[in-house]
Amino acid sequence: MSKQITLTIDGKQVTVPAGTYVADAAKMSGIDVPVFCHHPKLEPVGMCRMCLVEIGRPMRDRSTGEYVMENGGPKIQFMPKLETACTNKVEEGMVILTESAKAMNGQKGTVEFLLTSHPLDCPVCDKGGECPLQNLTMAHGPGKSRFIYDEKLHLDKMVPLGELIYLDRERCIQCARCVRFQDEIAGDSVIGFDDRGRSMQIVSLSDPGFDSVFSGNTSDICPVGALTTADFRFGARPWELEAQASICTQCPVGCNTTLNTRREAKAGGNIVVKRVMPRQNEEVNEIWLCDKGRFAYHYAEGKTRLTKPQVRKDKKLARASWDAATKLAAEKFTQAKKNFVVLASGRLSNEDLFNLKTLSDHSKGKAYLYSHMGGGELTSLVGVGEGTNFADMGKGTAIVIVASNLYEEAPIWYLRVKQAAERGATLIVLNPRETKLDKYADHVVRYDYGDEVKSVQDFSKKSKISDAFTKASNAVILYGSEGLGVGGSASLATACAKLLKDTDHIGKPNNGLIGVWGRANDQGAWEMGFQVEADLTKAFKGKTVYIVGADPVGDDPKLAKALEGAEFVAVQDVMETATTGIAHVVLPAQAFTEREGTFTSGERRVQRFYQAVPVTGEAKPDFGITSQIARNMGVILEGTSVSAVFDILVESVKSFEGLNYAKLAEVRAQWPIVGRSDLYYGGTTYENTQGMGVHLSTAAMRGEKLSIPRVQKEASPRPKENELLAVPVTKLYDRGTTVAPAELLDQRVGELNISLHPDAAQEMGVEAGQTVNVSFNGVSGEAAVKFDATVPVGVALIPRSMGIAIREPVAVRMKYVA
Amino acid sequence: MSVFEPVIELVRGLGTTIKMMFEKPVTFQYPEQKREVRPRFRGRHVLKRYDNGLEKCIGCSLCAAACPADAIFVESSENTDEKRFSPGERYASTYEINMLRCIYCGYCEDACPTEAIVLGDNYELSFYDRRSAIYTKESLLEPVPTVDMTTPRKVEPNVYKRSVPEMKDPQK
Repeated sequence: MSKQITLTIDGKQVTVPAGTYVADAAKMSGIDVPVFCHHPKLEPVGMCRMCLVEIGRPMRDRSTGEYVMENGGPKIQFMPKLETACTNKVEEGMVILTESAKAMNGQKGTVEFLLTSHPLDCPVCDKGGECPLQNLTMAHGPGKSRFIYDEKLHLDKMVPLGELIYLDRERCIQCARCVRFQDEIAGDSVIGFDDRGRSMQIVSLSDPGFDSVFSGNTSDICPVGALTTADFRFGARPWELEAQASICTQCPVGCNTTLNTRREAKAGGNIVVKRVMPRQNEEVNEIWLCDKGRFAYHYAEGKTRLTKPQVRKDKKLARASWDAATKLAAEKFTQAKKNFVVLASGRLSNEDLFNLKTLSDHSKGKAYLYSHMGGGELTSLVGVGEGTNFADMGKGTAIVIVASNLYEEAPIWYLRVKQAAERGATLIVLNPRETKLDKYADHVVRYDYGDEVKSVQDFSKKSKISDAFTKASNAVILYGSEGLGVGGSASLATACAKLLKDTDHIGKPNNGLIGVWGRANDQGAWEMGFQVEADLTKAFKGKTVYIVGADPVGDDPKLAKALEGAEFVAVQDVMETATTGIAHVVLPAQAFTEREGTFTSGERRVQRFYQAVPVTGEAKPDFGITSQIARNMGVILEGTSVSAVFDILVESVKSFEGLNYAKLAEVRAQWPIVGRSDLYYGGTTYENTQGMGVHLSTAAMRGEKLSIPRVQKEASPRPKENELLAVPVTKLYDRGTTVAPAELLDQRVGELNISLHPDAAQEMGVEAGQTVNVSFNGVSGEAAVKFDATVPVGVALIPRSMGIAIREPVAVRMKYVA
Repeated sequence: MSVFEPVIELVRGLGTTIKMMFEKPVTFQYPEQKREVRPRFRGRHVLKRYDNGLEKCIGCSLCAAACPADAIFVESSENTDEKRFSPGERYASTYEINMLRCIYCGYCEDACPTEAIVLGDNYELSFYDRRSAIYTKESLLEPVPTVDMTTPRKVEPNVYKRSVPEMKDPQK
């Protein structure tokens, strides 16, 4: 523990760690020092001058260095002028006066001065009602200004910094919180200050504007209404919003969110989600949220929602009752016996997946997870468990990122890993091309696509990098699927697991394997015992298929063809998809906003989400639908209470042992304080009152015998002459079902591009922006070529979920299309 | 008690009746005749316009926040110079008052930063069903003086930039 320092603030004895700033020390002891520019997560700058206080220090004799004593204690010498509490670190014996007449006069003057050019258009401001400037003006302001109204500067009201964030130049008080957030925390220096004095303004330095995936956070920490989001623009007043805790479903990080809902006339009088705000969980997402999580929530309210069960009659889907639909499905599932196949997606909750797995086990069928990534059984064995927190990683911890571009795949992990590296953790990045994390890495290893396993196995040889890893007291490996299919990523996971086991980096907090999955609850599916199948076309043939939450037909023409050969297809989903179009039975499920449940994050943390909006139509929760079908098959599964399903799950899945809904809803005190009346301090991030989640245990932690299979070397495809090696990569904003309905993100999603090295493209005679035709294994598609010098020559990067169905690395023919 | 006493009382009573016959009647022949209300009467709300026809309401929802009966519902949207409803960036795209809930306290008037909502002199509020008790923006808005002043309308760009009018110091 660091050195503790005792000081006096407003007559109250306070003990805080050395190095704390006075403003933070005051906050820790429950005393409010008003601040605008200071933020506990950012370095201090002292720009706004709001935190002026009187600071006295014990006087020392100049010749002896001893304290000068007075009335039995050290004599306190106050500075003649006020000092900023946010830039002064605490010292032993300091005396702080935050509410003396002098200090209050200073604060009053600062507010008056800050308001000289503020438009005071609070009635139309999106921040009005949760605005630090409003609150602090009420608390510390003079009430009346001596400045002349006509001397106010009238600046531009709506300046888009990008298409997501708008700047109101008049409202800005130049605190630089946003600029500092981008520089220090996000590491994307894409906004900055321009001009000086009263005309100083924030400008975007990138093209497209404000090109960062963390841009939404700047509007949370903006102490005024200068930065607002395009999504929530004039959406509602903050006090009219209801708040309900939820979990982001966009990636495996499992960011804690709060859904703000309101009844809306535009939506026909329904209660709808108006905005998604981060909810504090210092062990998961701190107080941040990426733009995908913040803006891509519209899919659940789309017009293509399924509202009623449907049954195919005379080649057409016709409305049916729940009874009829589930009875038909049950009848077919019973007939299928061993030929019953469940295909579930990681969008489902733990409870849904558990019921599905139980049903498939009962019919002795197969349960597949719809994912492009394998190796999940290993994360249950040697994954991370209790006590793991990126915030605790620093000196002595090695973090290995292999085959993953975290910035695109799991932005908040990127942020947390970056910060761990800055605290002194050894960051080793293994990737075939440059990623944003390279800048912060101690060691960067480039390997050729296809050599992922070898690059991990090289750790067993002696080298500077392997030494750094082996000798580290803690080590985590995050593995992804950059350029890999199911088989490749499974082999990579095995190699990583073996390395962790050999170096004894398992079964302890902050040690283990983390999968950078494609969906929010892939880890949960693995825990339930789901498997992935590299070749689903074979798995479908002649089978009775129960597809839940996935759209294989829309994703891949080959799978569409394979499903034509299936005996019977039952589809259960939230929205109409291409797959529901070919189904024999369609069952409408509730979106995650309409129900309760739990997700397991990539860090193997089980977290609860709650119901925020009413149910659409006749939709039912997934676990309930499965239970209804099961009942008709003569199998009793819990289908009414989600917490009861969880209790049964806990009985049968070892890693969940000892958990229950009450435990998942427990909260602990967190620092910094956010929300409430303290929103001037930490920003408008919501306080966590509905649960921080609990880690699952790993087999390694439980002391079980671990059997890690031998690494299966996948034969990587060898491109012939005139062929290129095409590899799938993940793009943050893709055309996936959960992103596409968010129109605001259209520009970020963009068109399908194939990235090539300029040299390789030149050889083919293709210019940037020109269209090429790609064909492989019966799949073909057209896309524009993008030059990217970080791509190895001879390789073409094809983003997933953008139109070309690429599931694994393949040799492709590429033709220039005029 | 004298025998004449009841007779005297009767005549006195009749006298009052006869006196009243010659006085001006207080009864109004409603609805043919309507009573002039007092200056501070609080009747049905009116959404006011500026002289140029633009709506004063900017959709800030402060009236809804001040309303003790939760009778007001406001939803706002963004103005453009092509399609302008009110000065500034924001206007009320939905404005509803449930007259069955309203208690005519006038807090909405107090809360309004642009003096857009005013309790008027209309007291004729009767409905056949509950739904028609909800007054929409169209029914609450003051009529425009001339046809070219209707909202939304196209205005010259970059003129109507302020939502809240410049308020003069009342003490000066």
